Amino acid sequence: MDRFVFLTVDGLAKGAVYAAFALAIVLIWRGARIVNFAQGAMAVATVYAAFSVTQATGSYWLGFAAALAAGLILGAVVERAVMRFVSHTSPLNAVIVALGLVLLLRAVLGVFYGNEFRPVETPFSRTGITVGGVSLLSRYDLFVFGAVLAVVVLLALLFTRTAVGLRMRSAAFAPEVSRLLGVNVAGMLTLGWALAAAVGALAGMLVIPTELGLHPNAMDLVFVSSFTAAVVGGLDSPPGAVIGGLAVGLVLSYVSGYVGSDVTPLAVLALLLAVLLIRPGGLFSGIRTRHV
Amino acid sequence: MTEPILQADQLVAGYGAAPVLHGVDLSVPAATIVAVLGANGAGKTTLLRTLSGLLRPSSGRILLDGADLRDVRVEQMVRRGMAHVPEGRGIVAELTVDENLRLGGVWRRDQRDARLAKDEVYDLFPALAARRRHAGHQLSGGERQMLALGRALIARPRLLLLDEPSLGLAPRITAQIMALLRQLRDETGLAVLLVEQNVRSALSVADQGVVISLGRVVAATDAEQLRGDVGLRHAYLGF
Amino acid sequence: MTAIQRSTLLRHLAYTAIAAVALLAVTYSLAPFRNYQLATAAAYLCATAGLTVLTGLNGQLSLGHGALMAIGAYTVALSQNRFADAGMTGNGILLASLALGVLAALLAGLVIGLAAARLRGPYLAGVTLAVAVAVPAITTVWAGVFNSDQGLSVYLEPPPAGLGYDFPLEQWQAWLALAGALLTMLLLANLVASRFGRSLRAVRDDEVAARLSGINVARTQVLAFVVSAACAGLGGGLLAVLTQSVSPGAYSLTLSLFLLIAVVVGGLGSLAGAVWGALLLVLLPDLTHSLAQQFTLSPAVAQRLEGNLPLAIFGLTLIVVMIAAPGGIQGLVRRLTRG
Repeated sequence: MDRFVFLTVDGLAKGAVYAAFALAIVLIWRGARIVNFAQGAMAVATVYAAFSVTQATGSYWLGFAAALAAGLILGAVVERAVMRFVSHTSPLNAVIVALGLVLLLRAVLGVFYGNEFRPVETPFSRTGITVGGVSLLSRYDLFVFGAVLAVVVLLALLFTRTAVGLRMRSAAFAPEVSRLLGVNVAGMLTLGWALAAAVGALAGMLVIPTELGLHPNAMDLVFVSSFTAAVVGGLDSPPGAVIGGLAVGLVLSYVSGYVGSDVTPLAVLALLLAVLLIRPGGLFSGIRTRHV
Repeated sequence: MTEPILQADQLVAGYGAAPVLHGVDLSVPAATIVAVLGANGAGKTTLLRTLSGLLRPSSGRILLDGADLRDVRVEQMVRRGMAHVPEGRGIVAELTVDENLRLGGVWRRDQRDARLAKDEVYDLFPALAARRRHAGHQLSGGERQMLALGRALIARPRLLLLDEPSLGLAPRITAQIMALLRQLRDETGLAVLLVEQNVRSALSVADQGVVISLGRVVAATDAEQLRGDVGLRHAYLGF
Repeated sequence: MTAIQRSTLLRHLAYTAIAAVALLAVTYSLAPFRNYQLATAAAYLCATAGLTVLTGLNGQLSLGHGALMAIGAYTVALSQNRFADAGMTGNGILLASLALGVLAALLAGLVIGLAAARLRGPYLAGVTLAVAVAVPAITTVWAGVFNSDQGLSVYLEPPPAGLGYDFPLEQWQAWLALAGALLTMLLLANLVASRFGRSLRAVRDDEVAARLSGINVARTQVLAFVVSAACAGLGGGLLAVLTQSVSPGAYSLTLSLFLLIAVVVGGLGSLAGAVWGALLLVLLPDLTHSLAQQFTLSPAVAQRLEGNLPLAIFGLTLIVVMIAAPGGIQGLVRRLTRG
């Protein structure tokens, strides 16, 4: 029973990270109809930025802020300097360019930081707080939940209650009409990428300290798991991404705990295949075609 | 004579190799409703898209209030007083009625007036007020047209480009919309460039008429004269 | 077989024969290291040729072909080692091992192809990405058989006695790999020119129209995947024979991305482009190595640079090519020779 509780909490904590990352994937999908396969590599780059800042200043939080800032900048740069120029004649083009970006980012990071695993410290303790003899959440888990919850709430508020959010949604749903209404559609797209990259940066900062360490390929499995989560929830659905993330986190945690952690990548593959074969639209498939 | 609010000279525009518009001249005086008529494929929609900047003309000049619109981006048009309601209405189906209306005014610096304008639109269209929280795709054709029109009005435009507003609407609603256009012209001095397939209803409300055939202007006179010119009507307007 | 089909087949056979003779002659004039590089390029060519047909002609983007090469490679490794343990060696065994490798990859391609038959665009890419990340994990889960990260060594019989006592190993390896590559190219060239090849392109261009014209879309997609998987398996098996070892690190996601780059830069959908791509995969690290040697760098930095410079160049090239010249090298060649 103890083990089950532990795995559940751990799964939810990991799931929260997948939820955040899946949100980033969904954000870009809704705005640009592209799955950003470079999302993981971009997140890793921002964590390296945080690493450097923390090393230089000795402050984790400055590094954290640096990661988010780096995310905003990197997202905007990638959209403006690269993705904008990709021809949309084939959906493959954007995927291939994103993959080129992955290699480029990995290589640059490898040159500047080397390919060794660097352990990263967490700002809070990772030992569980015992409640009634059962080891439950750790302070770090609470931090993760809190951070992801904050992001989800902030994004929800941004999109539903602010003028900028309205513009972003409109630009994504109906770009031409939005331009006629004075919305800077191109700018909203860049903003979307910047936000998504910042959310990805947050997810990276939360998850990397819990894994083997910082390494140019560190987010590969997280990307695949989060992509699976986004697909589970339906690529068009932000609430779906969150629930999908938590679900995937739980499933992988149980598999890792009861079967073995080495099996995790295979479990992700099996889960992804299962969802795509049974309910390709995702659990929350709503509007799949865009109305004009 | 006061300057026309819109002046287009020798517009040549199209998609790809062959142009659709072959040297179109157009003039819209202030506080006037000008109907643009012609058969399907004549270039009416292309004309509106070129005027609002969605399509760049390969040659020709467009003046809005005397200012050359060359190099002005589409997003700037509404700030200069030109609102374009495209073919198919272009309401954003995923957003609510209220959000669609807010969208019409989101560019404005004076948000208080934008909110005021929104209330005025709700007064004008009680049906919309009743359904303000409904999503766009839940509205009927007539309600969508009202929403598109209302959204354009929030920008308090001086020139309104309307592409086939009566498409798919019942005659009663079409008449209401036409009457509304007249009312706006009289009360606010709004100029309207109205593209319509429904020639009768367009000419019933228009002050002037422009007939386009195969990308060229073949007639531009008072609506009165167009209504009376049987030969012209037979040749280009089908009745 | 119609007259046209027969003439196409004969033409392809003629090309293959000429190429075989020419390449044979070349291997005699190359230094051992260059022969080894030639062999490596030939092994990669099997995979890139299959991938370019799948992605370029059939429109299915696969990020998992490195994993399919791994399946071929590990099967060959296990087979060779098991046979050697049982005292059975010789080039007939080698042929059998390679055939097993192809079969294993073919079966894996069948499974993935069936699962992915209805998937398009980013969904297919995502699944194949998951495959690329998951397959190396198999070596850890069943570490007893696959020996986890350390990998396995592959038993390889020395060149046949008939060729001479000191016939260079590298030249023999080049012959093996080239034979595999030529066979692959011949098969694929015929496939592409056949009615099936037309179905492939039809589905890529307009699925609905293809279905309406009687093409069984799902079957076409699965077959395309299976064929390209078999080719990748052969390539992987040959690589295992060349390097005489297998390990998960050699067949990571990075390899899958390299294969994709090779076909894109070479020219998506073109078999000639696959040749350019395979050459690029082998020569670029070589070039960057000599480049890095020009600068006097500390050994640590030099090592980082050497390992990552090819990646950086590949990544940058991919981005630039997709944006500026989507037709790749072969596209440029075509444009130059036409104009």
